[in-house]
Amino acid sequence: MPQLTTTSPAPVKRNSLTKNQLPGWANWAVLAGSLILGAALSTLIGFNVIAWALISAALFVIAGYFVTLSVEGGRKAKDRFVTNIIVAAFIVALLPLVSVIWTVLAKGIPGLSMGFLTTSMNGMTGAVDNASVQNGTEVLGGAYHAIVGTVLITLWATIISVPIGLLAAVYLVEYSKGGALSRAITFFVDVMTGIPSIVAGLFAAAFFGLMFGPGTRTGFIAAVALTVLMIPVVIRSTEEMLKIVPNELREAAYALGVRKWRTIIKVVVPTAISGIASGVTLAIARVIGETAPILVTAGFVNSINWNVFSGWMATLPTFIYRQLMNPTSPTNVDPSAQRAWAAALILIVFVMLLNLIARLIARIFAPKTGR
Amino acid sequence: MSKRIDVNDLNVYYGNFLAVEGVNINIEPKSVTAFIGPSGCGKSTFLRTLNRMHEVLPGARVEGEVLLDGENLYGQGVDPVTVRSQIGMVFQRPNPFPTMSIRDNVLAGVKLNNKRMSKSDADALVEKSLTGANLWNEVKDRLDKPGSGLSGGQQQRLCIARAIAVKPEVILMDEPCSALDPISTLAIEDLIEELKNEYTVVIVTHNMQQAARVSDKTAFFNIAGTGKPGKLIEYNETGLIFSNPQEKATEDYVSGRFG
Repeated sequence: MPQLTTTSPAPVKRNSLTKNQLPGWANWAVLAGSLILGAALSTLIGFNVIAWALISAALFVIAGYFVTLSVEGGRKAKDRFVTNIIVAAFIVALLPLVSVIWTVLAKGIPGLSMGFLTTSMNGMTGAVDNASVQNGTEVLGGAYHAIVGTVLITLWATIISVPIGLLAAVYLVEYSKGGALSRAITFFVDVMTGIPSIVAGLFAAAFFGLMFGPGTRTGFIAAVALTVLMIPVVIRSTEEMLKIVPNELREAAYALGVRKWRTIIKVVVPTAISGIASGVTLAIARVIGETAPILVTAGFVNSINWNVFSGWMATLPTFIYRQLMNPTSPTNVDPSAQRAWAAALILIVFVMLLNLIARLIARIFAPKTGR
Repeated sequence: MSKRIDVNDLNVYYGNFLAVEGVNINIEPKSVTAFIGPSGCGKSTFLRTLNRMHEVLPGARVEGEVLLDGENLYGQGVDPVTVRSQIGMVFQRPNPFPTMSIRDNVLAGVKLNNKRMSKSDADALVEKSLTGANLWNEVKDRLDKPGSGLSGGQQQRLCIARAIAVKPEVILMDEPCSALDPISTLAIEDLIEELKNEYTVVIVTHNMQQAARVSDKTAFFNIAGTGKPGKLIEYNETGLIFSNPQEKATEDYVSGRFG
């Protein structure tokens, strides 16, 4: 029979290596203490959430420093202090973004419906809006024409600016040998990046005004105005991407007896294509929200226009602008405001989709490293 | 399928800087020639002039002539692309194309030039080239996987397979083993022994034992000092260079007295 031995529980021996370390929950305890104390202090001056958050945050940063200082020492205390400051900065930077998304979602979702997506503002008068407010019925009219305009104008801007931007970047990286021309291009691209968008719009309007008579406004002119804004972004991002293609790959292709232009098309550009594609997508996302250049080049309409080469066009940003500044019914502005918020939501969804597509493209085209 | 190279009074420049001066050398077909010498003495620069890769760098140029079976590479109207398709090159660091599969990497020289090739011909070429580079058995089951997924030594052999797939006359190797472990180095050295049967091979190496192991003839390059041009000091049978060098500088270098 095995002998029974009673083992007394081993004395809890603290690992000497964990000496002078705060336990994991200490930070949360400090946070809870700061929140409680912050609530108390803010009540003294009349309670409101913002004061509570600010006082608690300040208390948390100060208390965290001194608690860590007393147990872990000066170096860790400084580390804790700076960490807390950085987290605070991060939260402050994120607040406006979250707030914008929250506001647009809250105000835009009520206006979204199949009707909003599939009808234009054609025939919508103040009387219709007044009636829908008085009878409490659904707001009629929609942004279909603006969605069509946004898609078409952005598409044409992309069709024009991507080849120009791509080829210019290929010239800068592969062919120019740092000569005067390439330095001039780089300089003007930098200048173009800073052009205010309304100036680009005025340029396109004036240029086509000279050719087709003053006051000519079409979607295509708007696309040209956006092109002026897009090209520098495309050149810049493509240039950076082509520059990081290792020279060894070019030399490997040359050593196989491949011509330079083939090397560029078949080796250099495919290696960089994921970065180029995401750069292009981000450039599109940048111009899709432009308002001013569209107003001066494409004008504004309430009806659907599929033809970018004739007739005025509306886009989502100009639609939002008109609905807010010139409500359909001057006496009942709520239906117009609701339409503007719904259009803003659609625009944000567009931009987010473009960003997702950029990530997807980058992942699909990225050089593979599997085994 | 192999040609001789004769170099007459070649000066190599980077802009106005004379990097290599007055090289005269005759490289026999179907032989392995090793270039040895201290860093910066111009042996890689000189190697790159043999298939006109030197002039890819801005401002780089040469004077003198390089004859491939009697035809001057630097003659009037010679297309460097034609030269490079006859004289292949393997680089110091393995550089398979990251966007291509192993199969496409081998076929790169054909595909990038848009030459039409039937699938069966392409398959045969892939197998022949990879077999020639001693890589076929290791990769035959994953030809469609990316070339960058191979080990460093395998990548370098893939680059050799890629170079021999375009059926060159001469293969230049610029320190092909310096980024590899001893086992992969051994595999490449065995491969160089086999390549000698079909091609003229020129190899730059920092490793004197490697030069002694693989080469038939060895050329020793040296530099008088910083800013001075590199020169070909001695060129002879490998055995003689290592056992009975004629020049004092060569003897000092191969016996490890400097460098």
